[in-house]
Amino acid sequence: MRKILGIDVGSTTVKTAVLTEDGKEILYTSYERHFAQIKSCVLAELSKIGEIYAGERFCVAITGSAGLGLAESSGIPFVQEVQAAFGAVKRFYPDADAVIELGGEDAKIIFLTGGVEQRMNGSCAGGTGSFIDQMATLLNVTVDEMDALALRAEKTYPIASRCGVFAKSDIQPLLNQGAAKEDIAASIFQAVVEQTVSGLAQGRKIKGKVLFLGGPLHFLNALKKAFKDTLSLTEENALFPENAPVFMALGAALYARGEQAETLETLMEKIGACKTQAQVTRGKPLFETQAEYDEFVSRHKVSDLPFADIRTYTGDAYLGIDSGSTTTKLLLITPDCRTLYSHYQSNNGQPLDVVVDKVKEIYRLGEDRVRIRAAAVTGYGEDMIKAALHLDFGLVETTAHFKAAVHFNPKVDFIIDIGGQDIKCFKVKNGAVDSIMLNEACSSGCGSFIQTFAKAMDMEVETFSRLGLFAKNPVELGSRCTVFMNSAVKQAQKEGASVADISAGISSSVVKNALYKVIRARTADEIGNEIVVQGGTFMNDAVLRSFEQETGKTVVRPAIAGLMGAFGAALYAREMQSKNAYSSILSAEKLQTFRYTSKQTVCRGCTSRCNINILTFEDGGKFVSGNKCERGAGQKPHGDEENIYAFKYRYLREETKKDGGMYEPNGLSRGVVGLAVQLITFEQLPLWNAFFRALGFVVRYSDESSRQLYYRGQHTVASDTVCYPAKLMHGHIESLLDSGVDFIFYPAESYNLDEKASINHYNCPVVAYYGELLKANNERLHEGNFISPYIDLNDRKSTLSNLCAALKAYGVRKREVEHALSAGIDALAKYQSAVREKTKEIIFNARRADKPIVVLAGRPYHADPEINHGIGKLLVSLGVAVVSEDGVCQNAPQVETNVLNQWTYHARLYRAAEFVCTQKDMQLVQLVSFGCGIDALTTDEVRTIMERNGKLYTQIKIDEINNLGVVKIRLRSMLAATGQQMRGNDDEEL
Amino acid sequence: MKSYKTPTPVFTDEMKKTYKILAPNMLPYHFDVIAVIMKKYGYDVEILKNESRAVIDEGLAHVHNDTCFPALCCIGQFIDALKSGKYDLSRTAVMISQSGGGCRASNYVPLIRKALQLEFPQVPVLSFNFSGLEKDSGVKIGVGMLLRLAFSIFYADTVMSLYNQCKPYEKNAGETDRVRDGCQAYIQSIICGRGYRKYKKITDELLRRFSAIERTNERKIRVGVVGEIYVKYSPLGNSELEKFLHTEKCEPVIPALMDFVMYCIVNTINDRKLYNKGKKTAWIYGLVYRYLLRVHRGVIKLFEKYAFEPPHDFEYLRKCADKVLHQGVKMGEGWLIPAEMLALCESGVQNVVCAQPFGCLPNHIVGKGASRTVKTLCPSANIVPIDYDPSATKVNQENRLKLMLATAREMQNKSL
Repeated sequence: MRKILGIDVGSTTVKTAVLTEDGKEILYTSYERHFAQIKSCVLAELSKIGEIYAGERFCVAITGSAGLGLAESSGIPFVQEVQAAFGAVKRFYPDADAVIELGGEDAKIIFLTGGVEQRMNGSCAGGTGSFIDQMATLLNVTVDEMDALALRAEKTYPIASRCGVFAKSDIQPLLNQGAAKEDIAASIFQAVVEQTVSGLAQGRKIKGKVLFLGGPLHFLNALKKAFKDTLSLTEENALFPENAPVFMALGAALYARGEQAETLETLMEKIGACKTQAQVTRGKPLFETQAEYDEFVSRHKVSDLPFADIRTYTGDAYLGIDSGSTTTKLLLITPDCRTLYSHYQSNNGQPLDVVVDKVKEIYRLGEDRVRIRAAAVTGYGEDMIKAALHLDFGLVETTAHFKAAVHFNPKVDFIIDIGGQDIKCFKVKNGAVDSIMLNEACSSGCGSFIQTFAKAMDMEVETFSRLGLFAKNPVELGSRCTVFMNSAVKQAQKEGASVADISAGISSSVVKNALYKVIRARTADEIGNEIVVQGGTFMNDAVLRSFEQETGKTVVRPAIAGLMGAFGAALYAREMQSKNAYSSILSAEKLQTFRYTSKQTVCRGCTSRCNINILTFEDGGKFVSGNKCERGAGQKPHGDEENIYAFKYRYLREETKKDGGMYEPNGLSRGVVGLAVQLITFEQLPLWNAFFRALGFVVRYSDESSRQLYYRGQHTVASDTVCYPAKLMHGHIESLLDSGVDFIFYPAESYNLDEKASINHYNCPVVAYYGELLKANNERLHEGNFISPYIDLNDRKSTLSNLCAALKAYGVRKREVEHALSAGIDALAKYQSAVREKTKEIIFNARRADKPIVVLAGRPYHADPEINHGIGKLLVSLGVAVVSEDGVCQNAPQVETNVLNQWTYHARLYRAAEFVCTQKDMQLVQLVSFGCGIDALTTDEVRTIMERNGKLYTQIKIDEINNLGVVKIRLRSMLAATGQQMRGNDDEEL
Repeated sequence: MKSYKTPTPVFTDEMKKTYKILAPNMLPYHFDVIAVIMKKYGYDVEILKNESRAVIDEGLAHVHNDTCFPALCCIGQFIDALKSGKYDLSRTAVMISQSGGGCRASNYVPLIRKALQLEFPQVPVLSFNFSGLEKDSGVKIGVGMLLRLAFSIFYADTVMSLYNQCKPYEKNAGETDRVRDGCQAYIQSIICGRGYRKYKKITDELLRRFSAIERTNERKIRVGVVGEIYVKYSPLGNSELEKFLHTEKCEPVIPALMDFVMYCIVNTINDRKLYNKGKKTAWIYGLVYRYLLRVHRGVIKLFEKYAFEPPHDFEYLRKCADKVLHQGVKMGEGWLIPAEMLALCESGVQNVVCAQPFGCLPNHIVGKGASRTVKTLCPSANIVPIDYDPSATKVNQENRLKLMLATAREMQNKSL
């Protein structure tokens, strides 16, 4: 009797299934991890089957993301995974309406009823099994443990799951703040669900009987629950089949019916003989010879700190702590920079415990002989550690790294630090940090990435990276994001690259990513000549070698590369300590009784409802984190008086309501119009509000932006890579529809107002035409309730007739429209002049108080606090007055840039930059929305303007992630650097 | 006005005599003919054929990684060629087309200048545009050249369409390729002569040659290709999509480049109607449009005569656009993409690849954003958006394509 056999080769596992030829009975299934050894794993599985069904003949088909190459070169039929699933669903669950499948690196949805449609994740692979693995690593638990934790959760936090990177930067602060692991675990699963719903369903509602497939959805109960709850599925509508993990293999077997039957021996021969065709490019080896390696090792041995024995040393010491995102580092030095004690470890999400433990050890080893004169802390956990242990100083990481690098090479002009999940680079000019580059959007090329990969290969990270040192043919992987690299690795595995080759490839992509993505160096000469490399990742020789190879330069890697932040902090403590004083650090006795409790709560200070975490120390001290403003920490908040962003937002949402308005809501109105306070109708809100009021409409604004609002519209988001302001728009539309407006007005404006300061005055394509996308992807919108006329406000005549035509159903007359449009344009002008006046006032007051001023420059809609995540407030809390590009641009002439200066909003940026360059006490920080294609151009131009005038350029990328931690580092570094720069200049003047 | 523009070498008339001008290979069918025309008008143009992985790497190393993929490919091709040692760098220029719309693609010229600045500061960049941008370094386009370009596009479009209609069905392997090469040579031989405008005679000749190819009567899956102009046509940009479809035994249906030309012209006419823009020039564009439309319709008639599937009538495309979105969407490929999607679906090509560079702004609206409407209008539409990106590996793209093809095959089986 012939049997049918399906083989599913996934990105991490091999699954097989044997059925009777009629497909009625499942005889055998298996599920194995292949650890990149695809061919041998498949062969092993086949021989197991051979033992059970000796001598029988099988009809075979292969499926799976990594199975294509194997199928092609062995000549065994291949069936697309979704197609395989489709077949199996029809056979086993004929009444299912939709299928959701999560795999190692892919996510798929199949809609079965109402038009068959199949969707796979695109270039972004967030929210898949690998993502879950990565997150479990971050929490330092196994995936099963994470599942168990999540089931005990009490609440969830918003976490971005589009990409592991963003999720990490959401999770890390939560961990550092001591949020409960249970809640974080549940939040991770919730994020996966949201990613699936928004990324794949894209406007199509998932309803009816839903079948859940794939490994993660079979093994993880918390994930099942999250899906069920989010999609509001009843027990009988949520189907979790017993054989879910091997479902695709079943489908492949069913597909194989009718293929020619073969014996297992023939099959194994075919597969054994496979030579896959190379598509992945191979690079040159890191070291050609052992001699080359030896030279390399001895060269780097030189840079080290001398050693002093803490057990015998008597005298002063300085303590530096670097509380990083994933690791904690401590270094105790003598006044002449000898190492007394050093420690480097993963902080397991509990940095405070690690530090307390190690400081105790220092006290124990140093007895009474070692006296700590001063202690300083840097890194993510700076504030918390400083508060808990009563340390003397805190400093921003960039300053710490710079101080440490100077110690090893006083002539240093370029520092690159690759840590667990950040890359920091800075150029040094005139003895001060000149420009800072941090990785914001991407963590490929960071230590944790190598770690995750090593784990996937079932190896220790050290073993894994050492393997790469002598790889013969390192694979060339992308220089972009982890997700893309994962698929490149997948391809390399498919082609039979060895683990060593992959390891070397990953090391070199770390470097390429840093060079070409973060630094964006065009040639090696651009980055500098005196280079110091540091950070834990550079302890990895393969990474160090790749860096030297790629840049063609020899660099300095201190033996304490992983401890440079702590070393810098110790040096800073030495520098800053006042004479004769001792450190305020908790004494050995106090430390013995040191306890703390952590409590999560929601701050009720304002409408933001921040999730905050309160650490209470035994001495009564408190540390609050997670708060966006001072209110959460129980302090009086800084007013809007120094923050134009707060002023603009309040003006638009509140003040504009006083504009115009002939009819009150209860009077005879023409109808209720809804305006979404976002994109084009953000800055133009005063215009359209006054316009419609003058026409006798009741005007309603959309709800204030929030994460919740975003979720409300998420199911209509069509493109998951569009910018966050655009994605939020979908929520605004839902809120307007729910509030019962007669219609929503969103003008389509290819051209913005011509401010006579650019060669053209376009809007960006997204702002201009988002109405089309909204209409096409929200079922509730139609011609009648969504009015989106094409207008060019610069041409009054055509605008009038286009508006008249659009509002015809409401019987407006041309004269009225003409009058209303004038009222609208006046209201806009009034708003803009109010912004300018307020800006003048802020600048005047700041100067009187001798405060630095930052021009936070972005787009008008960046004034939305959900979009800027309170960066304005943060700057104010750092003692800075904040103004924006639209308040200062009129003070500068038109700027001729290298690229075409042809967008209205962006022309303001250039002028604002130009203005800042003429003001000694002003700095510019550019806000950039992730995914904004136009800003890929403008950022370089603004940088050019700033740097030609000797000013520092700072850029902040914003997205749905709400992590002010990284932003704070950047801003503090900028303030520290500009302070240094100013001091430097003063010295010259003297 | 304060200028931060870095001075760059200008391409002077003098240089025409001695300089070699390199152009990227954006459209394999069209650019070789265009190079011949350029030569006639004194520009010694060479179309670059370097398409190795090194090209992409050079691109990555020389432009902002978030820049559009097409810019990255073109710049990579230039740098790779300039580094090859094949050219006298003191007598080499590079050329690129420039659209001048609200999409960032209008910035390719400055981006290339920036990329060349460090290593090849002496190499001038020529802009090929119709919008009066880059007056100093623009290709001077006279009426004769313009007409030759227009007709060469018609002819190359014809060859592209016929090749794809014959190749999957040829009985004698390689015959279609030979005919195509013959036709390309034929076009190049006549385009600079006097009779280049005799489009009826010339198109008839092309049709005759292709219709002589012996073909089978099989039913193959037809797959339309729409999208951003570069990744839609360029094999470097779309990982050889056309070839891939042929190896999958499909018939690729690639809409004509002339569609894009007419789309650009119609936009200026629409701007006049919608916003009173360009009062002085709108009538000229109207005239040009009517002229091109006449030729276009003549070509369609000839296609019908030989029982080949003709290109879509452009007025019909505009009507298709109106069903999906407003013709005011004019940045990038704008309304043309949904128009072509719908036209393909309505003419029986329900399987459509929408090729787009990763993160392309207009494509959020007109690609992914509009495909839902197209599906509502044509429920059997099987549209797959494919993102092209320097790091997205072929396996991901091919997986998505295969998924689309699997659905296509199922639909075909059902209808049989």
